Amino acid sequence: MLTTLFRVIKYGFLNFWRNGWLSVATLSIVVMALLVFEGLIIFNVLTKTAIETFKDKIDISVYFKIDTPEDEILRMKKSLETLTEVKIVEYISRDKALEVFKERHKDDPTIAQSLEELQENPLMASLNIKARNPKEYAVIADNLEKTSFRNWFEKITFAQNAALIERLGKIIDTAEKGGMIMIILLAIIAVLVTFNTIRLAIYSNREEIGIMRLVGASGSFIRGPYVVEGIIYGLMAGVLSVIIALPIVYFISPYIEIFIPEINLLFYFTSNLFILLGYQLLFGVSLGIISSSIAIRKYLRI
Amino acid sequence: MIIFQNVSKIYNGNGHKATALEDVNFTINPKEFVSLVGKSGAGKSTIIKLLIGEEKPTKGRVIFASYDVNKLKLKELPYLRRRIGVIFQDFRLLANKTAYENIAFALEVAGRLQSDIEEFVPQILEMVGLKEKMFNFPKELSGGEKQRVAIARAMINHPDVIIADEPTGNLDPINTWEIIKLLLKINELGTTILLATHNKDIINYLGRRVISLEDGKIIRDEEKGRYVLV
Repeated sequence: MLTTLFRVIKYGFLNFWRNGWLSVATLSIVVMALLVFEGLIIFNVLTKTAIETFKDKIDISVYFKIDTPEDEILRMKKSLETLTEVKIVEYISRDKALEVFKERHKDDPTIAQSLEELQENPLMASLNIKARNPKEYAVIADNLEKTSFRNWFEKITFAQNAALIERLGKIIDTAEKGGMIMIILLAIIAVLVTFNTIRLAIYSNREEIGIMRLVGASGSFIRGPYVVEGIIYGLMAGVLSVIIALPIVYFISPYIEIFIPEINLLFYFTSNLFILLGYQLLFGVSLGIISSSIAIRKYLRI
Repeated sequence: MIIFQNVSKIYNGNGHKATALEDVNFTINPKEFVSLVGKSGAGKSTIIKLLIGEEKPTKGRVIFASYDVNKLKLKELPYLRRRIGVIFQDFRLLANKTAYENIAFALEVAGRLQSDIEEFVPQILEMVGLKEKMFNFPKELSGGEKQRVAIARAMINHPDVIIADEPTGNLDPINTWEIIKLLLKINELGTTILLATHNKDIINYLGRRVISLEDGKIIRDEEKGRYVLV
C-alpha cells in the first residue's frame, strides 16, 4: 500500500517533469485562473469597504427649536432607538454643537468674533440618525413626520437630501448585486478554463492510459499520478499567483487610495498574505484534483 | 486454459450490424503455441480483444483459467490482465518512460517489491538483448528493439499466456525472425503463446497448431497446420 502510494507520487512528479511544455502551459492557465480568484477576493474587499464608507456618510439630522427641553429630546432619542430600522442615534446638545462649530472655524477670526458678540449660543440641538440600510431612510423620515415630537422640530435634513439618499441607496444596492454576479460569473469561467486545460492535458495522454490498462494497472494506480500532477499544479500556481500579484498590488495601491482613502490595498494584501495564499492553495489544489479526477474517468473504461 | 464457447460478436453502428465473430469454438491447452491466421477483418483482433476483456461478446462465453472473462467487472480486469502478456504490432510502449521503466511498470502495477524490480528488470532486458539500451526512451529505439522491450514487459510477470497481435507486422525480415525465435524460447520455458499473424513464412516455419479464420468463422483448426491461401 505504502509502496503503491510512493510509486503514484513518484510518477506524478516524473510526468510533470517529462511532459515539459505541456506542464508549463497547463500551469500558466491555472496561475491565470488563480489570479482571477485573487482579483475577485480583492475586488470584493474593495467594494465592501467602499460601500460601507458611503453608507456611513448618509444620515438624517433632526434640529430642535432653541427652547426645546433636553428631556424631550432624550425621550425622542429613546423612542427612535426602539425602531428596527435605526442603527444608531447620536445626540448633539447645543453646547456640543457650539464646541464643534468653534473647533471647525478656529482659524477664522471673523466667525469667532461674531460668536463673541452674540453672547448667546445660536446653535440648535440635534439628533443624528443612521439607518441600518440606506433604503430605510424614507421609512424613518416618514416616522419623524408623524411623531408627537413634531412640534419641537425646527427642520429635518432628509427633506433636502431625500432624492440624493434614495439614489445612493439604489446605487449601493446595484453595486452589491452586480459585484456578486460578476464574481460568480468570473469564478465559473476560471473553473471551466482550468478544467478544460487539465482535460486536454489528459486527453493527450489517452493512449498511454489505454496501454497502462492493458498491462494490468488498476484504475486508481493510473488515476493517482494525474491527481498528484493536479496537486502540483495547484500548489505551484497558488504560490506563483501570489508572487505575481504582489508587485501589481504595490503598483496600483496608491491609485485606489485616491478614490477611496479608507482603503490601503497594499496593507490589506501584505497583512492577509498567508490567508490569501491559503485560499489560493485551497482553490488551486481542489481545482486540480477535481478536474483531473473527472477528466480521466472516461479513459479508464477499458 | 483458454476456452471460447459459441462466441459471437456483432458490432452495432448507426443501424447497420457488422458481424466480427460468428459462433466460434476452440480450446487452447497450457504450453501450446497456437497461431491465428486470416485476412484483415477475419476476426483475429476481435478474439484477442475478447480474451483480455477489452470488448464483451454479444453471445457465448470466454473462459481464461478460472475467469469467466465477460462477467468480470471493470475493477477485476487488471487481475486478469496481469496473467496475460500482450504484444502488439504498434508496440504500445509508454512514450515518456524508458525501456527499464516500461518493464518495471508492469511489475509496479502488480504491487511487486522494489527489490524484485531491481533484480528482474535488468535480467529480462539481458535476455532480450537490450541491457545497453536500458535507459533509452522508446523514440530512441528501433522497431525491433521496441518490440523486444514489449516482449520483455509481457513476460516479466510470468504470465500464463502471451498474446501477440501481428508482432512482426512493422518489422524487417531479420527482426521478424528474432522476435519469432524469442517467442519460441518463451514457449519452451512453459508459457502458452497465441500468435495472430498473416505471415505465411512464419506459419510454415513453425509447424504448430493453426486456427484459420474467415469472415468471423473458424474454417480450419489443424494440429500441424500450414498457411493455406483461400
